[in-house]
Amino acid sequence: MIKFDGVTKRYPGGFEALKNVSFEIAQGELAFITGHSGAGKSTLLKLAAAIERPTTGSVIIKGQNVGKIRQSGLPYVRRNFGLIFQDHKLLYDRNVYDNVALPLSIVGVTGREAGKRIRAALDKVGLLPREKAAPITLSGGEQQRLAIARAIVSRPSILLADEPTGNLDENYARDIIELFKSFHQVGVTVIIATHDARGIARQGEQILSLQHGVLA
Amino acid sequence: MIYHWLRSHWHAFILVLKKLRHAPVANLLMAAVIGATLSLPAGLYLLADNIRQAAGDITIEPQISLFLSLNATDGAVKALDQRLKENHGIKDFNFVSKETAWQEMQRNSTVADTGLEKNPLPDAFVIHPKDTEPQAVDKLQKELSELPNVEHTLLDAEWVKRLYVLLQMSTKAVVILTSLLGFALVAIVGNTIRLQILTQREEIEVSRLIGATDRYIRRPFLHAGLLHGFAGGLMAWLFVYIALYIFNASVQDLALLYSADFLLHMLGGQASLILLGGAAGLGWLGALLAVNRSLAELKAVAKR
Ligand SMILES: Nc1ncnc2c1ncn2[C@@H]1O[C@H](COP(=O)(O)OP(=O)(O)OP(=O)(O)O)[C@@H](O)[C@H]1O
Ligand SMILES: [Mg+2]
Repeated sequence: MIKFDGVTKRYPGGFEALKNVSFEIAQGELAFITGHSGAGKSTLLKLAAAIERPTTGSVIIKGQNVGKIRQSGLPYVRRNFGLIFQDHKLLYDRNVYDNVALPLSIVGVTGREAGKRIRAALDKVGLLPREKAAPITLSGGEQQRLAIARAIVSRPSILLADEPTGNLDENYARDIIELFKSFHQVGVTVIIATHDARGIARQGEQILSLQHGVLA
Repeated sequence: MIYHWLRSHWHAFILVLKKLRHAPVANLLMAAVIGATLSLPAGLYLLADNIRQAAGDITIEPQISLFLSLNATDGAVKALDQRLKENHGIKDFNFVSKETAWQEMQRNSTVADTGLEKNPLPDAFVIHPKDTEPQAVDKLQKELSELPNVEHTLLDAEWVKRLYVLLQMSTKAVVILTSLLGFALVAIVGNTIRLQILTQREEIEVSRLIGATDRYIRRPFLHAGLLHGFAGGLMAWLFVYIALYIFNASVQDLALLYSADFLLHMLGGQASLILLGGAAGLGWLGALLAVNRSLAELKAVAKR
């Protein structure tokens, strides 16, 4: 499903955030990416989601080499993913419902069908009663869950989450990890980046451990 | 496929309308600014068009009228007729007898009640010169005025010529004004759209990260540009209409006095369509330029 082969990512300015990274994540797998702050976890996820391109090496998503796809083709590759950003990237000029509507609008799903899916996604993360609320009025954990709802609403086959348990207390963090496990159980490929390995119950999931851009 | 395309455009359109409704005053002002801008060339065009129509009946061919003295005899008229036939500078001519002229005048409603009971008009020849060059015509006129029994000659092409030159100039002025102010419209709409893009930067960035195509991002702004332009065109039409209405109301009394039709007519269907369509098109163009520039900037920032 996702294959990195000798991937190096050098940012403009010369800093190498990833060095010769190779791994493969199969369809339906649950994988964790761990490592210290600055280890390159977010960079790895951005490469996996076709947001950044590798400097050298190849990133293959569903058989497509991201480095070889034309600019105009990238949006269609990105639609395979549900993305939960480290900084959430919620839109504060619209309510909860409209935030979740964005990915659907991008793929042209609107109207009643969209409404059904948006409410289902909000229900899944327990935010249905808050659909009219402004994101700014939500608690940190609720904003996190809103970001998750937006990521799952278009029913992506791959879910990428960057520090989804970031600033949450232990109970909340466990809830969220359980939520991802439930997606994994219905066949979604789930990749979670986290600096904190507490929530990870080892049940055979793949764990990629990064240190200064190198896979340990 | 086409259904999908139409539907996505329709939804973007509705969304834009909803957004525009959030700032009714600003958008109305915007339309008024564009409208005022466009009403200048539209108004000038209207004026020129009215004059052109009024002048439509007049031929540009110069025409010399020879008025004979009132006591010219039939023999004298015949002799003159012969001399005109022999003159090589004349293309054609016709004779208007004093009786014909009188009847013509009586039929004309504007002078029906002049109170005249006796025919005061002289016999006349109406002449079209072969050579329509102003100098040649002047020469011919001088020549003809020296013929016996010719009391008075009248060259009635000068003012027509001037009118046509004026009309040509006004057509050019309309073209120049339209280009200049069309450019202004593109700039005004482009600038507004740029500001809109800036306020929606976050949305655009997030949308691109989760799979939005450039076309998707452009769409609402292009619709907005189109709408701004169209609303401006509508305003311009309205401004011209109001100006016309005021003008017509004030000349009504004058027109009654002369029982003539001095009323200006409004822009025709075709001209109105061109105004609205052109304004919408220019608005769209302004939006396209703005959104392409902003997208390029956003991409450059994302690369950094
Ligand atoms: N756009 C960029 N330009 C230049 N350097 C960058 C850029 N993004 C990240 N880096 C650098 O690359 C390194 C890895 O960053 P990355 O965000 O992948 O780390 P991370 O493992 O996600 O850290 P954290 O746990 O703090 O989120 C960091 O040293 C960072 O400064
Ligand atoms: Mg990170």
